[in-house]
Amino acid sequence: MSRVAEFIFRRRGRDGWHWTDVFTWVWLIGGLFIMFGPAVWLVGSSFKSPAALAEFPPSIMPYVTQKATVEGYDKPLDLYEVTMADGSRKVLAEVRRIGIVSQMVSPDKPTEIVKVKIAERTPVRTMSFATSNYSEPFTHFDFVRYLWNSVFVTVTATLITLIVNSMAAFALSKYEFRGRTFAMLLILATLMVPLSVIMVPLYSIVSALGLFNNLWGVILPTVATPTGVFILRQYMLTIPDELIDAARMDKASEWQIYWRIILPLTAPALAVLAIFSVVWRWNDFLWPLIVLSRKELYTLQVGLSIYSGELNVQWHFILAMTVVTMIPVVLVFIFLQRFITTGIAGTGLK
Amino acid sequence: MKADVPREGGGFSLGEVVMVPVRLALSAIDAPLRWVQRRLGIGGMATFFLLPNMLIFGIFVLLPFFINFAYSMTGGTALFLPDRSFVGGDQYARLFDCVNYTDPNSCAEDTFWTAVGNTAWFVVLQVTLMILFSLVTALILNRELMARSFWRAVFFFPVLLSPVVVGLIWKWILQRQGLLNFGLYGLGFDPYTWLNDRNWSFAATVGVSIWAHMGFYTLILLAGLQAIPKDLYEAAEMDGTRPARAFWRITLPLLMPNLLVVIVLVLIRAVQIFDEVYVLTGGGPGTSTLYITQYIYETGFATQLRNPGLAAAASILMGAVLVVLTLVQLGLGRKGEKKGARK
Repeated sequence: MSRVAEFIFRRRGRDGWHWTDVFTWVWLIGGLFIMFGPAVWLVGSSFKSPAALAEFPPSIMPYVTQKATVEGYDKPLDLYEVTMADGSRKVLAEVRRIGIVSQMVSPDKPTEIVKVKIAERTPVRTMSFATSNYSEPFTHFDFVRYLWNSVFVTVTATLITLIVNSMAAFALSKYEFRGRTFAMLLILATLMVPLSVIMVPLYSIVSALGLFNNLWGVILPTVATPTGVFILRQYMLTIPDELIDAARMDKASEWQIYWRIILPLTAPALAVLAIFSVVWRWNDFLWPLIVLSRKELYTLQVGLSIYSGELNVQWHFILAMTVVTMIPVVLVFIFLQRFITTGIAGTGLK
Repeated sequence: MKADVPREGGGFSLGEVVMVPVRLALSAIDAPLRWVQRRLGIGGMATFFLLPNMLIFGIFVLLPFFINFAYSMTGGTALFLPDRSFVGGDQYARLFDCVNYTDPNSCAEDTFWTAVGNTAWFVVLQVTLMILFSLVTALILNRELMARSFWRAVFFFPVLLSPVVVGLIWKWILQRQGLLNFGLYGLGFDPYTWLNDRNWSFAATVGVSIWAHMGFYTLILLAGLQAIPKDLYEAAEMDGTRPARAFWRITLPLLMPNLLVVIVLVLIRAVQIFDEVYVLTGGGPGTSTLYITQYIYETGFATQLRNPGLAAAASILMGAVLVVLTLVQLGLGRKGEKKGARK
């Protein structure tokens, strides 16, 4: 046990805690709270009822006030625990509140109204997860629509990205032809032309092609990524040319060489690009916001931002939808983080 | 040629079943492509493979890039270029029409200069703090730590979140009934609506964008730190060099190439900041967090009096700044390499 402790608290010097050791652990633990805390708080909040979301100070866990139907009243009434004049405690239902005095009735004796100061009562609460925050958007709103649009855009764009980029990378790494360097430079130069610089003319081109208010208008401009071509080309350069020569002698067509030899051997780089592409396309915001103006075409990101910008925000739905939007990315984070971090460290591209 | 895809054992795996239609489609494609190959020759097939990517680049990146200049010299609200009237440099003149450049209110296009000013402040603050935080985190993660990959993941986690989700997470925390006020309430403060305050909402956009992207730069810096040979430190220790001196004399100079790349990347991204801020504050309150990309977006698409020409002119100015920054990066990268070579 002491060995473990020694390992955990390994320090810089031999004698005592150096200030850098203290600083390291303060920074790490603080980072843990600041990085994960907000997301955890969001997930926790997404299970709270609208009433619980509106209260301050907020409770850590989701609670709801218990209600009871009392004879003579149409709606269920909130239950409170009240300290009576004689010091005993009793559970009463609130009929109405006037200023700081609450008119309450006992559920057993619905006719007799008791007046209680609001300071002398506490709500009877039980823990309850408001799963309706999740189920209702699925049934009553266009949420399923948005989810489908996002999935469609992400999957289609990623597939096209993989095919188109790997074809270009194949041409740029395995063929000698005039203008190869120029083509490579042209592709890398597009790294310098971000969306925010060309969005006005791009919008007019997409409209002219009839792709405004069309999911393909979101997909097509994004699929030829310079990053993708670059990653794949670097990888393909390591594949020996002899393989291709051998295949040509066996009368393989160039297409077969690409599809049956090069692509399977490029699988690791394709996997990295696929992960990146899924995250990019799932998270895209500005361009879908410009191209999609019809409600039924919104992606999750656009739908979320539009709903959260409304005058009276329905936070209980927004929070639940945000959690659903986070799920694919969190799954990628948990299972595939290794690929992404090595990808970034290796190429410096995001 | 027979496919030599390695198979695991006998029988059909799910993957093989899924691949059947793909295989059929591919053998159907192969015949016409062989015909194309006979026509074009092997070298011509390179063009064929390059074509789809170049076509998409041409239509959706290069064409808009060049049209943008034409757009910026036209006026009116019409969408398509042929319908627009030529106005020459009027849009640029309007952007630069100012009595006093330090006071946005004296300009014809006051929101543009407000956005430029806000973006400048944002860039200065965000880049400085981002570099500081990610450098400190990278230095800490480079120490002998238990579960280093776990701690690295902790700081990397927000990088993958979508900007919309990031904006909503923090909007929820900073609102009146939010977690921040809850914490401060525990310390005896009254709840405050942070995002309705001009200064605090500006600070929030800086903080949130750092929170969201810090992990990415930490990762690059960490890779740089790990590439520094350990024996340099051992030699320094034997010579009795103090750790602070080792940091200034060994770590920082050898990390410089990575650090420069990171600085320029952060700069380029900071100039273009939009998504998180749009969701978090919407540019408000007032125009206190209106940044240049949002100005372009709103001028080009959102306002009642939209003016694509003006938006194009503003976007070209921003593009020019980005190109200068990128060239600086390339220049610095080369200089760094030379330095490394001289050693």
